[in-house]
Amino acid sequence: MERILEKAKKVAQSAEVFMISTEQTPVKFENDRLKHISSKQSQTVALRIIKNGRIGYSITNDLEDVNILVKSAVETAEFGTTAKFQFPAASDYPRVDIYDASIESVSTGQMIKLGEEMIETVKEHTPDVTCEGGVTKSTTAIKILNSEGVSAEYRKSAFGMGLEGTVIKDTDMLFVGEDESSCHPLTDTKAITSAVIRQLEWAKEQGKAPERATLPVIFTPSGVASALVSPLISAFNGKNVYEGASPIGDKLGKAVFDSKLCLWDDATIPFCPGSRPFDDEGVATRRTTLIENGIPSAFYYDLQTAALANTQSTGNGERSGARLPTPSASVFVIKPGDASFEEMLADIKEGLVIEYLMGAEQGNVLGGDFSGNVLLGYKIENGKITGRVKNTMVSGNIYHVLKDIAAIGSDAKWIGGSFSTPSLYIPALSVSSKK
Amino acid sequence: MSKIEIIAKEASEIIKNYDADYIEAHFEESTSSHISYRGKKLDSVDSSRSIGGNIRAKVKGGWGFTSFNNLNDLPLRIEQAISQAKLISQGDIELTPAEPIVDEVVLDGDKNPFKIPLSEKKELAGEYNDIIRQTPGLQTSVVSYGDSVKKSIFINSIGSFISQERADITIYLMAVATDGKEVQQSSISTGSRGDFSRVKTLHSQVKEMADKSVQLLAAPQAKGGEYTVVLDPVLAGVFVHEAFGHLSEADFVYENENLRQLMKLGKEFGTKELNIVDGAAVPGLRGSFKYDDEGTPATKTYLIREGKLNGRLHSRETAAKMGEQPTGNARSISYRFPPIVRMTNTYIEPGTTTFEEMIADIKEGIYAKNWYGGTTSMEMFTFSAGEAYMIRNGKIAEMIRPIVLTGNVFETLKNIDAIGNDLDMNEGGGCGKGGQSPLPVSNGSPHIRIRHCLVGGA
Repeated sequence: MERILEKAKKVAQSAEVFMISTEQTPVKFENDRLKHISSKQSQTVALRIIKNGRIGYSITNDLEDVNILVKSAVETAEFGTTAKFQFPAASDYPRVDIYDASIESVSTGQMIKLGEEMIETVKEHTPDVTCEGGVTKSTTAIKILNSEGVSAEYRKSAFGMGLEGTVIKDTDMLFVGEDESSCHPLTDTKAITSAVIRQLEWAKEQGKAPERATLPVIFTPSGVASALVSPLISAFNGKNVYEGASPIGDKLGKAVFDSKLCLWDDATIPFCPGSRPFDDEGVATRRTTLIENGIPSAFYYDLQTAALANTQSTGNGERSGARLPTPSASVFVIKPGDASFEEMLADIKEGLVIEYLMGAEQGNVLGGDFSGNVLLGYKIENGKITGRVKNTMVSGNIYHVLKDIAAIGSDAKWIGGSFSTPSLYIPALSVSSKK
Repeated sequence: MSKIEIIAKEASEIIKNYDADYIEAHFEESTSSHISYRGKKLDSVDSSRSIGGNIRAKVKGGWGFTSFNNLNDLPLRIEQAISQAKLISQGDIELTPAEPIVDEVVLDGDKNPFKIPLSEKKELAGEYNDIIRQTPGLQTSVVSYGDSVKKSIFINSIGSFISQERADITIYLMAVATDGKEVQQSSISTGSRGDFSRVKTLHSQVKEMADKSVQLLAAPQAKGGEYTVVLDPVLAGVFVHEAFGHLSEADFVYENENLRQLMKLGKEFGTKELNIVDGAAVPGLRGSFKYDDEGTPATKTYLIREGKLNGRLHSRETAAKMGEQPTGNARSISYRFPPIVRMTNTYIEPGTTTFEEMIADIKEGIYAKNWYGGTTSMEMFTFSAGEAYMIRNGKIAEMIRPIVLTGNVFETLKNIDAIGNDLDMNEGGGCGKGGQSPLPVSNGSPHIRIRHCLVGGA
């Protein structure tokens, strides 16, 4: 890496080298039994230069290929974007614990056991469920060097488990599922199996949604993740704000959402798989409050976008695939409220619980729209869950829906290692269902 | 000789000598470039190179798999894959018999995007961006152009050695309009199998798209509920991919007795006019190739013929288990993943109805065009239109906001009651399955009419 930086410094005014190495072991179960065991090794190095004021960028995983890497970066710099930022100088990073060495000693045999245990427990409850599952461990090492003196690295461990169950009766299919992840090795499958069993219980009977109605709806944490979080991630992205494409770009300090709603981005939470001490540009991470009591208070930025918008990077520069860093949400947290799930349920005469909305992110996400098929959801009648709903669509826009929240749950939960949310109780949402 | 050719030759010498039922390996080299504009400025220009390989080994009931971009230590990787496979003791995996194939497929000279200078690609993306930005009422724009050339070598323990090159081009354009209160967007996604000239002449389409995003601000939202809908070829292509294509992938049914009963060949899915095809042997499309990633030659498969289930998409493993023939549909997005059953080019064959006839007797319906996306649970599917109009008394009426449509896979095909005569293929986007996304595919259809389609709305 040092060699690449030295070479790049000879042809450009400033340069940055970023390297990511991962080792991953996924164990996969299909049709109730163990099917695949894999091990994946990869290493990628990216070079970003600023030459005559323009950005050049190239990436490779052929580490013997330093000359081509430098040459392609120089080539792209000829056509590249004007750099509005400078690479950061060396600075102190927060201490963020994201590596647990004990992950190294988890054997494939132990991982197989965890998978078998999940499947066995769920099948004991519902023998005709077919299970797919996975247990994965990985370690990632990140290293960044730049010509302004940054030389930093960290190592992260991650462990994930998940189970998906399908119950098929003729052409009727029920899909249930749950997953969990951590930087620590997971040893207990109970959180997953009890969630899946709870879903199976709630879906035992068939419920029916009205053909066209406006109903109160409770989004469970996974329901929030499947329907409401994408429009929020897009609205607070500094790039969309800078380009005038965010509906809240000019609404800092104004009451846009319900006053109960608080949201922040925080990559410093210990042992959370989305956490890290610095972002992919070597900028220290921090907690950034995005919504304070319903009022937008900040947006998240990378270096280039922040410079364009005349502000500072919030440590949210992230590389995805082979692309240049761009502002990305790191770890999104919606503040839990004080309502228990049962209290919210008890408040509803007729309504729905939505656990997964399929296809919700395929519309005008930028404008805040969501619309999807209730793949996993339940009917509420007189404060009780009476069965599963199907053939039902739910549509709305987050700028209407999150303006009036009846209650926020106390049941905060991690979804996928980088988003934590409680259940949200929305008093009125448009529902349409098949005749 | 390139680096991967040397490694592949070495590997093919030793791969037969191990204690496993079957071993295969892929080695891959690729180069890609990407240019994007956002709003008034060039957003990024980058280039990447990738090299790597994998080993997949079968021992009795399990697959072991290793992927790596460090190409040294090959024997170690093979041993690792075998020892992983051996940990899986239950069951048995069968593969259909295969003959060793030695072949080389090289890139068609005119279809190499790297023969086009970066400056020309940048200029084109800039032209499109200007068209969007010059549209009155527009807030911002996205133009994202990407291309890649990939050489991959497949070898296996029965002596196959297949080297294939392929090129891929994608372009995504988006216009964003706002009136200070609301934000609306409109987009185009298209591509080609390396032919740059195919993405060079989109100017009028781009202009139309940009105008549309501004018009959407004034458009009303549809009322949710059931409608008769007419889909244009692009959206109908996404529909056939989501509503039926995924269901015909045999890895979903092959080990599940309930599903095998449900998906018996001959089962009626639609009217006599309905024919659905998938095949990589159709040349020149984004889902086209000569051999799949298990070395099986590409075919053309009738999934539905005259309304009845006629075939399905197979890998060697799913075909063996179901006693059918492999169809050349085992694909992986890169060497980092094992091949799984995927679609290639999927389409509804044309019928005889004209567009005018199709809408003539609709009192109140929706004409939905273009696409944002689609997904399926196998039983239920959703797909979203980028553009939609009410149909009133047999005529196209006012524009409405983009809609999301949903339906039941087993019922909706039966509700197709008219198939147009104007087949067109959509080469935009890519398909995602099992964590592997985006895979280059194409899909298509003529205009189709569907009764009782559930539409989300206000």
